[in-house]
Amino acid sequence: MAKQISVFLENKAGRLSHVTRVLGEADINIRALSIADTSDFGILRIIVNDPEKAYTILKEAGFTVSETEVIAVQVPDSPGGLARVLEQMSEESLNIEYLYAFLGSSEDDALVIFKVEDFEKARSTFKEKGIKFLDEKLLYKL
Amino acid sequence: MAYWDQEKECMPREELEKIQLRRLKEIVFRVYAFVPAYKEKMDQAGIKPDDINKLEDIKNLPFTTKQDLRDNYPFGLFATPMSEVIRIHSSSGTTGKPTVVGYTRRDIEIWAELMARALSSAGATKRSVIQNSYGYGLFTGGLGVHYGAERLGASVIPSSGGNTKRQIMLMQDFGTTELTCTPSYALFMHEVMQEMGVKPADLKIKAGVFGAEPWSENMRREIENKLEIDAYDIYGLSEIIGPGVAIECNAKSGLHIAEDHFLAEIIDPISGQVLEDGNEGELVITTITKEALPLIRYRTRDLSSLNREECECGRTHARMGKVLGRSDDMVIIRGVNVFPSMVESVLLDIPGVEPYYLLVVDRKDNLDFLEVQVEISEKLFSDEVRKLEELGTLINKELESALGIGVKVRLVEPKSIERSEGKARRVIDKRKI
Repeated sequence: MAKQISVFLENKAGRLSHVTRVLGEADINIRALSIADTSDFGILRIIVNDPEKAYTILKEAGFTVSETEVIAVQVPDSPGGLARVLEQMSEESLNIEYLYAFLGSSEDDALVIFKVEDFEKARSTFKEKGIKFLDEKLLYKL
Repeated sequence: MAYWDQEKECMPREELEKIQLRRLKEIVFRVYAFVPAYKEKMDQAGIKPDDINKLEDIKNLPFTTKQDLRDNYPFGLFATPMSEVIRIHSSSGTTGKPTVVGYTRRDIEIWAELMARALSSAGATKRSVIQNSYGYGLFTGGLGVHYGAERLGASVIPSSGGNTKRQIMLMQDFGTTELTCTPSYALFMHEVMQEMGVKPADLKIKAGVFGAEPWSENMRREIENKLEIDAYDIYGLSEIIGPGVAIECNAKSGLHIAEDHFLAEIIDPISGQVLEDGNEGELVITTITKEALPLIRYRTRDLSSLNREECECGRTHARMGKVLGRSDDMVIIRGVNVFPSMVESVLLDIPGVEPYYLLVVDRKDNLDFLEVQVEISEKLFSDEVRKLEELGTLINKELESALGIGVKVRLVEPKSIERSEGKARRVIDKRKI
């Protein structure tokens, strides 16, 4: 389990640079990021070293922010690694809302951030199938 | 039930109409004798002051428009010499030459009386602490409310508009019981209160008297829930006298027009024909006691309706319906009339949507487009594109079914739409620029 910070961004020049500047000035390091975009707006999703602080700072700066629970899954860093994990999830009908890669790795594994529909089910499935996922404390320190 | 002047406010209609007719005759005589522009208009229409024998005869008199005020800029329509005029107010003149209005000492007295009536109708008394956050200056809002609140004997805080944090500090420290400002500014104050960590429940404020811009019933609910007060609508326009022309009572079902000073009609804005009570149309007002600037059948451009039935509050003066919009606020898009208040009403019916919106009208390839910008609130935000798009689609569908035209909804960041400390700007029409 980990906390992702999600930020609403209008499709306007300079908005992304503003968010990142605010975070940088507060000494917050971005560890993973993805942007979902439509023609009018985007949603920035980030994993940072200090999610609580990031949430407060961004709120104070006037952004619409939310905290979202995600899972950082350790995926073998070799061909077919992600495919295997996804197949196992699909067998259990675990629905994925979205996923994106983490900018670092844990041991020999690549890290992929998953937002799933049903957390508890995901957790138990991962344990059952031997899919490793990272504790949030370790994740923020990476 | 608290009246300021029960005898006048609850006068039997028969008696009221006698007074109205006497005053109407007087004012028509006066403008015919002292205002050349009126003499000319009446001569052209073939009507003499002697032709006014009953109240219905008013329909034969020519209308006065904002353009007449501009054509006679600045003092051409004044019916008294300048030596009798003790106050001048003016519009901002953003859409052309400003309109200038003047008051004699008696006009100012009557205005203060009417404002005291209005504040009483909203429950204010001499024990009230009234924070007046309408702008002071050429705009009639600030000084109009101020004189009325003093007449009432309340303690007035002349805080004017702006410096919102200080406004809230005054509210806390001075124990404001009534707030007077535009409805959009009231909501902005609530936003700032939240930022400051001030809870409305900890304040003494009980009621607000809001006006100077059209606002919907949904906006009233929003203000009442957020600020935990009673919100009353007040109507007025500087050309007629300023705020205090009409005010809601606690029945909140229409605004009582001070009919001992103003005659109201509803007309079809296109044909100019007087409409029966209950029909929606343009409000036309004749001032029957004004000295410095009497106006005959002034076309307010405000859309409303009239109800002369008895009100549960006991007042006999006719009620006008909450103003639906101004015809100059109205935008015509592909032949359909769209009022910002209609958009506001739709938005506030969707849970979690804040009443911050902007209508942007543009023309592309000779086709008009309406974009409605809506601020996304914390409550509505989701990290999933799908959910935000569903929200956009929902707003879109609701707006299209209410307005009857295609709309593009754009979700924008919170606080990106300009906040107003006076009248909110709701429409940007790029077609004219």
